[in-house]
Amino acid sequence: MPKHQLDPNTWIDRYSDYLYNFTITRVNDREIAKDLVQDTFFASLKSMKNFKGEASERTWLVSILKRKIIDYYRKINSKKGKAEVRMDFKSDDDDEGNWLEERVADSQYKTAEETLINEELGEAIFDCLNKLPEKQATVFRMKTIEGLETETICNELNITASNLWVIVHRARIAMAECMEKNWFK
Amino acid sequence: MKNKSFLFISCDEAKHICDKAQYNEATPWEKLKLNLRYLWCQITRAYVKRNKKLSKAVESSKITCLKNSEKEQLKNLFREELENQHH
Repeated sequence: MPKHQLDPNTWIDRYSDYLYNFTITRVNDREIAKDLVQDTFFASLKSMKNFKGEASERTWLVSILKRKIIDYYRKINSKKGKAEVRMDFKSDDDDEGNWLEERVADSQYKTAEETLINEELGEAIFDCLNKLPEKQATVFRMKTIEGLETETICNELNITASNLWVIVHRARIAMAECMEKNWFK
Repeated sequence: MKNKSFLFISCDEAKHICDKAQYNEATPWEKLKLNLRYLWCQITRAYVKRNKKLSKAVESSKITCLKNSEKEQLKNLFREELENQHH
């Protein structure tokens, strides 16, 4: 009997945010990340028969997503992609006149360790978010992760501001408790 | 009595202000009232500490997510694909 089973009906609710977050940190483009996540779900559906049940559903989906991301980079690094490498004119006197490939600004670069910690923290947050009732998870996500205005959320979900704050309060208590167990311990 | 409620707030109200403060939506006056209660109420102090810890964790993780509309769109497309597979 396999340890894990697949339930595609719950994939979007349970994993789309996690997979999207995983992708955006690697491709840095919303539209491309969205497409890759969609491709991953579709490809996973077609490969369901190959699932052995040894890994968790999410681990299996991530492994497919990783392949999609690699394919994406292979595609943009094809001949056409290479011809589009951005060039920059280096203005230092010593090197005047040398055309160099633009050196990537490293101000936003994180160390491998930082990236790993951030990913694990993100994983813990999404795990906790998945345990919340749907409404609480939606409001918490919109308010805390997307950073939307109270009014915008109220209009979109058709709730009053005081209703929103009650939901936020319950969600925050549950999230804090869950994070206490899964991350802060 | 009126003056007391003017400056002193209940524990629940303190928690509500603390929640709003996490999103920069608490007014300076509300913050003052929260700080006053924070000085003597252990429950408020514990709640503020925990709430701030959660905000810090979410902020430092730099997580992003799909918008509701994007998620719905993805759900619809996936549902169609799922139905096609069953046929």
